[in-house]
Amino acid sequence: MRMESPDSEKPVFTLNKVKFKDILYIKKLTIKEKKTTAIVGRSGSGKTTLLKLLNKLISPYGGTIYYRDIPLEAIDAVTLRREVVMMPQTPVIFEGNIRENLLIGLKFSEKKLPPDNKLMDMLHVVGLDKKLDEPAHRLSGGEKQRLALARVMLMEPRVWLLDEPSSALDKDTEDLVMQKVVDFGRRNESSIVFVTHSSPMAWKYAEEMIEIENGEIVSIKQNQHA
Amino acid sequence: MHKNGIVDIELLQLIAAYAYVIVLLAIVRIMGIKREKIIVASTIRMTLQLIIAGYVLIYLFNHPSFWFLILLFFLMEGFAINNTFKRVKVPLNKELKIITAYSLIGGTTLSLMYFLLVVIGSDTWNDPRYFIPIAGMLIGNSMTGISLGINRLIDSMRTERDRVEGALMLGATPKMASKDIVNKAFDASILPTINSMLGMGIVFLPGMMTGQILSGTSPLIAIKYQIAIMLGILGSVAFTVLIFVHKAYKVFFNKEAQLVLPDETEEKRTRKE
Repeated sequence: MRMESPDSEKPVFTLNKVKFKDILYIKKLTIKEKKTTAIVGRSGSGKTTLLKLLNKLISPYGGTIYYRDIPLEAIDAVTLRREVVMMPQTPVIFEGNIRENLLIGLKFSEKKLPPDNKLMDMLHVVGLDKKLDEPAHRLSGGEKQRLALARVMLMEPRVWLLDEPSSALDKDTEDLVMQKVVDFGRRNESSIVFVTHSSPMAWKYAEEMIEIENGEIVSIKQNQHA
Repeated sequence: MHKNGIVDIELLQLIAAYAYVIVLLAIVRIMGIKREKIIVASTIRMTLQLIIAGYVLIYLFNHPSFWFLILLFFLMEGFAINNTFKRVKVPLNKELKIITAYSLIGGTTLSLMYFLLVVIGSDTWNDPRYFIPIAGMLIGNSMTGISLGINRLIDSMRTERDRVEGALMLGATPKMASKDIVNKAFDASILPTINSMLGMGIVFLPGMMTGQILSGTSPLIAIKYQIAIMLGILGSVAFTVLIFVHKAYKVFFNKEAQLVLPDETEEKRTRKE
């Protein structure tokens, strides 16, 4: 369920003097709708905290976060998360087989479940050549990460929050998967916000790159080539 | 000595039973297992508790009083609640303590009333001979069940934190996100009762039934009582734990559907990124 009709001119998130403990302080930030945005920074810089704040998994100690001009406090957390879906850095694998793991996001969001052929298509997009009945816990770290990505893609959320989405993938697989994920998101007119410690990766796929250092934004760069 | 076909245990025979424990203590000491104190303490405590219980029961059987019965019932519940708090490995917050208390009282009262009014018969429901032992069995087993349930629920909320948060990130409600944990806590709680039912009559004869047979009751009557009481225990444990888990999981979430574990700060976790 989408909250209102999409409007490409509007920012998807606006942050105003947002503070979280001594980990993060963002004076002003706008994340644009239907764009791919990279949040870049070293380990411990506050990148994951920012994603969690946008997913309302944690709440700021001060300031306001707006989602499509509505303050997050005014939006029901579960309703928001069904539209603004987050994928953690360590992929979460639930009990059951690959099919059950693909469908679980849709079940949580109480959305219609697709047939098996659509699930297979999604596995193909992320380059995972596995049968739907295979137990998910047997997959390798990289395969679990791709399964988690496919799960989010199936949900077709308005906003994707991806925390180091390719950290467990080798370079070739990372290129293949990230390009397909970004293309898929653009085709669906989704906004993608991904966290990475790798500037080259951010430059390759993001239209905007936000650099964070010690919990504060140090630069925001536009990228015409992504 | 035989009294009305019942073999009574003389004082000397009872002392012989204690001597058996002294043999056990000697073995434990020789093997270097440092559990002498707990064995002695629990033997003394059990003896004192049973002597007091025996005299209270004699008084109650001779002077049946409805209000005294109710008072005794709530005393038993109080001890069971307090014992449950002691058995839980971590300190419980106020909310969890309240949920534990009303789950135990609710689950056992419901089962006890059904058992006494429907199974035993409405005219004898407040007879101390039925009320006290049955209440004791239901409360005791429910106490064990809920203790296991609390420990499992708290442990799993901690160890499976990533999975719960992973579900929340995908739009799950707190109920959906903790469904597996709630189910596992329920399983852990009723497993001892289920195992006991499976072994009953083959691996062992249950205490209540053995007691009845030793006191001269026909095994067939003893079996009927045992079946009924076992089903009562199963229902009591299940209801107690069901009430508990379906209320208790909510304590771990705030109104923003965020997972909140009281003793672990978000700061520590976020720093790990």
